Amino acid sequence: MTLRLISLAVAALLCALPARSETIVAGLSQDMVSITTNFTGSEILIYGAVKREAPVPPDDAPLEVVVTVQGPSAPVVVRRKERRYGIWMNTEAVNISQAPSFYVIASSAPMDLAMSDTEKLRHSVTIPRAIRAVGIASEAEDAPNFVDALVRLEEERGDYAMAENSVILVEETLFRADIALPANLTEGNYIVRLFITRDGAVVDLHEEVIIVNKAGFERLIHVLAHDQPLLYGLLSLLLAVIAGWGASAGFALLRR
Amino acid sequence: MQLYLPIAELSVNAFALLGLGGIVGVLSGMFGVGGGFIITPLLFFMGIPPAVAVATGANLVVASSVSGVLAQLKRKAVDFRMGFVLLAGGLLGSAFGIWVFAWLTTLGQIDLFVQLSYVLFLGLIGAMMLRESLGALMRSRKANAPIRRSHVHYSVHKLPLKVKFRASGLYISVIPPLLAGASVGFLSAIMGVGGGFIMVPVMIYLLGMPTKVVVGTSLFQIIFVTAFTTVMHAVTSQSVDMVLAFVLIIGGVIGAQIGTRLGVKLKAEQLRILLALMVLAVCLRIALDLLLTPDELYSITRGVAI
Repeated sequence: MTLRLISLAVAALLCALPARSETIVAGLSQDMVSITTNFTGSEILIYGAVKREAPVPPDDAPLEVVVTVQGPSAPVVVRRKERRYGIWMNTEAVNISQAPSFYVIASSAPMDLAMSDTEKLRHSVTIPRAIRAVGIASEAEDAPNFVDALVRLEEERGDYAMAENSVILVEETLFRADIALPANLTEGNYIVRLFITRDGAVVDLHEEVIIVNKAGFERLIHVLAHDQPLLYGLLSLLLAVIAGWGASAGFALLRR
Repeated sequence: MQLYLPIAELSVNAFALLGLGGIVGVLSGMFGVGGGFIITPLLFFMGIPPAVAVATGANLVVASSVSGVLAQLKRKAVDFRMGFVLLAGGLLGSAFGIWVFAWLTTLGQIDLFVQLSYVLFLGLIGAMMLRESLGALMRSRKANAPIRRSHVHYSVHKLPLKVKFRASGLYISVIPPLLAGASVGFLSAIMGVGGGFIMVPVMIYLLGMPTKVVVGTSLFQIIFVTAFTTVMHAVTSQSVDMVLAFVLIIGGVIGAQIGTRLGVKLKAEQLRILLALMVLAVCLRIALDLLLTPDELYSITRGVAI
């Protein structure tokens, strides 16, 4: 009985070992991003190393690194303009149930080499896979065009990006990826995923989270506007009244 | 220096904003207009979402109207009774406007509606102002202009519910001022303007109020209607951006003082022609946006499902 257990354990270990022989050890330059009044974007450095028990066999396919950073998802409405009565107006709209506010894929090699299509599907790595567009076909005849437009618009804004060959990998061991976060960042948890692959197959996967928050005065205003809208509205009024009154009083004093 | 606007959720150049507030301030100082109908479209051009531009515009008008009404109060040029009647109409109109605004936002047609309203009103006002100021310029050259009768009986004097407005020296029905107030309140909610540019001609030509109480009374009602609009926008759509408003107010306050001094030096008719041309230019720019084929046919709205 004991013998069987031990042999089972050994067999399990033997099976598990090749898959876990290379693991990721990673860190982030910052795991908190604060959006303040003078926030103009931020650069996140994702760095790490590949830890291995045994040297790499020389005939193995080269190791590659893929990094994805995904912002919080929310429903999105995509609208299309059409000319009606001589003017351009929104006519058709498609509801996309979930789309990330930010999505960047960075890799140490062209994505086709770095990860096989099956692995991309399994881990939802591509930009179209990150967007959940279920049941949109009934909303417009050419619904896929709306999803393409969403991706194109977000790419133009710098919210979605494919940065192939941007991950620096040294000696198949040390790597770093620099990800630029734009100024118009949405609040929430940003999920950082790191993959190491060989021959397109994922060898190890590691996840980190970056928390993006409005900070200081910005946060105060945003929270107040959404949690206490009446108070916020009255405060805005007060500000305007004081500014208006102060202006006329101040300049009246100056003129004397 | 970039400034992050917490409600508009974008980063803009603080000096550009300050300059924008300043220019509008100069205009309001020179011409005695609130400037809401200039600043809101300029905010669209800067990329501020229309909902935020309109709500913040209303907030700005509060500041400039408070500044203006204080001077008018000192001159006792406010007809309070008329002000309250206009205000009652204005609050109803504004509440209805807020509701229409929220409804059109969910339909995705609010931008179009706001733009169309601007094209219509700026075009109308610009053309009227240009015609009137060109006419005045002609008349001042010809000298002996016909004198307007001081008391004319219009058809509005036949309506029921008559009330005495002592400061204006009028005994008229409350229905026309109520309706005028309501339509201006509606515009305030939809366009983020005070509506002085509509209210003043209505008071003079339709209600027959004496010119000396018109500006003060219209400012008085504008303060309360735009204040109500600001709070309502803040409550229903959280679209009032305090930081944006503050920077624009600072620029506006300084600009208004410069404008007042410039206005004294320049001739009134020429100024009015200038303002009319500017209003028409803004109108044309918005109209072109609607008429020309846009570069991007698609647009995205986050966080709302329809």
